[in-house]
Amino acid sequence: MKSIFYIALKELQDGLRNRWLLAISLLFVMLAAGIAWFGAAAAGQVGFSSISSTIASLASLATFIIPLIALLLAYDAIVGEDEGGTLLLLLTYPLGKRQLLLGKFVGQGLILALATLIGFGGAALAIGLLVPDIDKLQLFVAFGRFIASAILLGWVFIAMAYVLSSRAREKSSAAGMALGIWFLFVLVFDLALLALLVLSKGQLNPDWLPWLLLLNPADIFRQLNLSGLDGSLQLSGVMSLGQDLAGASGTLWAALLGWMVLCLVLAQRSFIRRPI
Amino acid sequence: MKLVELHSVRHCYGKLQALHDLTLSLNEGEVLGLFGHNGAGKTTTMKLILGLLRASAGQVSVFGASPQQAKVRQQLGYLPENVSFYPQLTGLETLRYFARLKSAPSVQVEALLEQVGLAQACKRKVKTYSKGMRQRLGLAQALLGKPRLLLLDEPTVGLDPIATRELYAMIQQLREGGTAVILCSHVLAGVEAFIDRAAIMASGCLQAEGTLSELRSQVGLPSLIRVNGLLQASHWQAQLNSEGFQARLVGQDNLEVATHNGAKQQVLKLLLEQGDAEDIEVRQASMEEIYSHFMTQPFAQRNAP
Repeated sequence: MKSIFYIALKELQDGLRNRWLLAISLLFVMLAAGIAWFGAAAAGQVGFSSISSTIASLASLATFIIPLIALLLAYDAIVGEDEGGTLLLLLTYPLGKRQLLLGKFVGQGLILALATLIGFGGAALAIGLLVPDIDKLQLFVAFGRFIASAILLGWVFIAMAYVLSSRAREKSSAAGMALGIWFLFVLVFDLALLALLVLSKGQLNPDWLPWLLLLNPADIFRQLNLSGLDGSLQLSGVMSLGQDLAGASGTLWAALLGWMVLCLVLAQRSFIRRPI
Repeated sequence: MKLVELHSVRHCYGKLQALHDLTLSLNEGEVLGLFGHNGAGKTTTMKLILGLLRASAGQVSVFGASPQQAKVRQQLGYLPENVSFYPQLTGLETLRYFARLKSAPSVQVEALLEQVGLAQACKRKVKTYSKGMRQRLGLAQALLGKPRLLLLDEPTVGLDPIATRELYAMIQQLREGGTAVILCSHVLAGVEAFIDRAAIMASGCLQAEGTLSELRSQVGLPSLIRVNGLLQASHWQAQLNSEGFQARLVGQDNLEVATHNGAKQQVLKLLLEQGDAEDIEVRQASMEEIYSHFMTQPFAQRNAP
């Protein structure tokens, strides 16, 4: 238990030292504020439009950016220590591989969680203070859900990064795999799902189509945030599939959490099998 | 009690068999030198003792238990070959981190930095350290928590002669304190004085094992007696050779006599009683000579009766 704490502490200190925390927080606050005030610029409007449209745009953007940041933060967690020569040393210490992995997860998970909280929370605070007549409760609920699910999404992809970091022989190949994972879940999955729908010409059972979305944590995250908004927004693409899941936000949260646990278990198994 | 016991241990990396039926043991407070060429299986043996690898066959026990157990690792110290640390941390931060992971008291951190001579540089980042400084930080790391057994893999690589001597002096000090050490190396010069026993490995097999005098008598290498400033050296050479010794003239008045076990005293007595040498020097076969003897002779021939 104590080793997990000290490993997490070191990861957190590393995150502060190399300014990851600062950089991600700043990036998030700029993204959120920019979208809130200039998101409707394309429609000829400048200024805050609405909480729903802000969250909708933010969720679409976060689907791209949070997995990328999580993968970047964590892809070298194991293979990097191995290449650096410190993994060999750590494993001769009285701590198990599971503790090492969990310590890293807690530390890097905290970095991402803090950055998300500071970044998007800061933006929410700015909206609450600067926009007159805002529904504070709606703002709090929408941003609260957005921040919590964004953190969980980040954790899923950190755990995923550990799986490939435990399997990769070299840091560069781990980086390549991370990019592949990002590409698969953020871009390819939706396209493949749409292609499946078109090619099947309606022969697939429409009852279980929405559940396919649960196979992609990025889609679960988007669904969680979009389904919680008022009905005035038109959902497009694969997201419209998920309207049946709208009432099942508990399932969506559980699915996201399940992804995280699954990836952590897989990472641990790969790590234990990793030759030294 | 045996501190470390390896019994008929085999290890395979895939199809490659790295260790063949290795049986080796280490007593409490003993310093064992593990010598062999690159790829002889030294590091594999160390990793088995550290519990980093599991033996494919045979038993490994450390402090009477399986090396995978945390309580065993608590009492082990390891300095890997080419040790490296987190470049962005300072020496002090590095050692503090490892001390916490080993539940070693924090006062030991400063004491160890002092002991290895890094107290001045401990606030500098490790990436600015020279190879020798990193090696000393690695040694300090291995000494955290006062281990009962210390495993040093090529500890002198990259060290200058003075640092090497300091390292050996530190090993000597630890031995006096009751710490057992396994010293793994292919650099042999000057190591004789610091080890109790030596094990020589080649291609995953143990070639020889024992105290230095046991190994010396096993290989039957002669002790060299060098006599300097001897009048009538050539006369002495002829006399010694006629008595069955191997004497060789070096320059005008220096003589080198190769003697085996019993004959050494005989030759010395003769020279001291009748000779008028300025200086007599006796040199026993060094670890290096013993090692190359085992390496150059084919295995089968040596084991033949």
